[in-house]
Amino acid sequence: MARTLYEKLWDSHVVHVEDDGTALLYIDRHLVHEVTSPQAFEGLKLAGRKPWRVGSIVATADHNTPTSHWEQGITDPISRQQVETLDANIREVGALAYFPFKDKRQGIVHVVGPENGATLPGMTVVCGDSHTSTHGAFACLAHGIGTSEVEHVLATQCLLQKKSKTMLVRVDGKVGAGVTAKDIVLALIGRIGTAGGTGHAIEFGGAAIRALSMEGRMTVCNMAIEAGARVGFVAADDTTIAYLKGLSFAPRGADWDKAVAHWRGLVSDPDARFDAVIEMDASRIVPQVTWGTSPEMVTGIDGTVPAPEDFKDPVKSEGVARALQYMGLTPRMRIDQIAIDKVFIGSCTNSRIEDLRAAAAVARGRRVAANVKLALVVPGSGLIKAQAEAEGLDKVLTAAGFEWRQPGCSMCLAMNDDRLNPGERCASTSNRNFEGRQGAGGRTHLVSPAMAAAAAIAGRFADVRELS
Amino acid sequence: MEKFIKLDGLVAPLDRANVDTDAIIPKQFLKSIKRSGFGPNAFDEWRYMDHGEPGQDCAKRPKNPNFVLNQERYQGASILLARSNFGCGSSREHAPWALHDFGFRAIIGESFADIFFSNSFKNGLLPVVLPKAEIDALFGLTEHTPGYRLTVDLPAQLVLRPDGHAIPFEVDAFRKECMLNGWDDVGLTLRHAEKIREFEARRRTEQPWLFA
Repeated sequence: MARTLYEKLWDSHVVHVEDDGTALLYIDRHLVHEVTSPQAFEGLKLAGRKPWRVGSIVATADHNTPTSHWEQGITDPISRQQVETLDANIREVGALAYFPFKDKRQGIVHVVGPENGATLPGMTVVCGDSHTSTHGAFACLAHGIGTSEVEHVLATQCLLQKKSKTMLVRVDGKVGAGVTAKDIVLALIGRIGTAGGTGHAIEFGGAAIRALSMEGRMTVCNMAIEAGARVGFVAADDTTIAYLKGLSFAPRGADWDKAVAHWRGLVSDPDARFDAVIEMDASRIVPQVTWGTSPEMVTGIDGTVPAPEDFKDPVKSEGVARALQYMGLTPRMRIDQIAIDKVFIGSCTNSRIEDLRAAAAVARGRRVAANVKLALVVPGSGLIKAQAEAEGLDKVLTAAGFEWRQPGCSMCLAMNDDRLNPGERCASTSNRNFEGRQGAGGRTHLVSPAMAAAAAIAGRFADVRELS
Repeated sequence: MEKFIKLDGLVAPLDRANVDTDAIIPKQFLKSIKRSGFGPNAFDEWRYMDHGEPGQDCAKRPKNPNFVLNQERYQGASILLARSNFGCGSSREHAPWALHDFGFRAIIGESFADIFFSNSFKNGLLPVVLPKAEIDALFGLTEHTPGYRLTVDLPAQLVLRPDGHAIPFEVDAFRKECMLNGWDDVGLTLRHAEKIREFEARRRTEQPWLFA
């Protein structure tokens, strides 16, 4: 019978099935960071258990790490304790790889895994982090999990999971200049809503997805969770294989050829059936900007802020009214008239080399507007930072008035010192515009790296396609 | 894990959709390396007038009188009434930990985000999905009836209203068994240790590069 890629990935990892269909899935790769793991390691120890396979673990510290003044270490004692707890746990149990604070390969867990070849096609990947869906870009089944599940995977190398329904998001055609992977996924979320993919595993396909680099595919899969789907993925192809060749943990020699032959099969069969199909025309997608406090509250740069009365459902209408109040916006305001205070280019969504190149291309020869208090660029990892510096991107960005920082999660969720003050408005390349996400009272607008750079230059949202 | 069988409790309404995990427990409290003590900071930004940081005495902080869970009539509530897509956002298990620590044992809503839903079951916090019409009615009843209570009967899979109306709900058989018995997932899974070892050995032979 014809199978979707989800079914192939699922079937190849089932160890055991309970009567109600709950399955034990074998886990190939366990990514670990400091925030969601301490209680899991503690639980394991209290129960007198040992990790099942430490060779599956790749760990890094990312959420709490500062992006400047590394010579001072982590000055917040609670943050420092959490990072030191990870150091101690990994020292005690071991790992395939650990990239601690200040290591040259340290960075955001969802950037570090793929760039070192620790994420390989056909794997099941888990991490105590909802943006684990990122790894689906490599034709992986990648689940974000809670801390109890982190402990469960540590102890058993398995995840208890019920099979999801399948959804194909097919993006046909070609995106116009200035339109990126981020715009594709924001446009999708705007269309199906933040619960549109709940209970589903989303496969992203179609010509516009095939045309994306691995970086772009990671951006799209990263935000599957913002569409409500715990997993999102893209079939393996030449782009996937070319990206992986030669990476640290990728197979070599005869194993490489065997692996590639296997990876070629990681596609949905042509006549496989999906429970839901969403079709999008890439050529109609314009650069996106969110205006509210949920990623589904999004429109094009050529659009306007809606009014609560545009929505018939009273709960939704009240939600929009509350969002506009929080965001300090008025109905019918043009998006390109919204002035900003800060810019954040970074996060597991958009901090890879291609993102930094896009931002630098816009910034080259221009200046950050006088009303922008801070324009922050935070590379996803030490390796990306080094590559960007080798390409001279840091020089371009700092000459334009951007700050060039050390890698980490930074102002995506503001667990370190990088944050918005109450009322500040930010053009951000991250993934969530929830109330208080980037700092209590902060106002987040999600955009692509090119659009964030354009906003920094204009001091308000601006159409990157119109910059000459 | 704490068992969940039958709960009779005061209901508190939280009438907004897409309540995200950043709202349930803001990031500054995720720096803790413990599983407990998150209750005083549940909904911190909505609940208090000042900015919350770890280590404060929350009893001394100014409360937001407009936040529904601060109202006198809802003190001691153990059932939270919610709208759609409750718990969306991050995978932080600190969200169900905070809600449980606050005193909730069940959340009745139109829909839940997947990771939050699964995390709740592992912490003795039962998420119950009911149709929109039933949720609309429950919001009305809770608002108009001081001291409004509900009974959540897990073995019978029913939410019982005081007027006798019984609303059935679905729950996976496996999760239900675990909740009813307070079973630890890890212990259950390790009964299959031999199968896991066999699976792993076969995988190691077939795709050795996964074990590099």
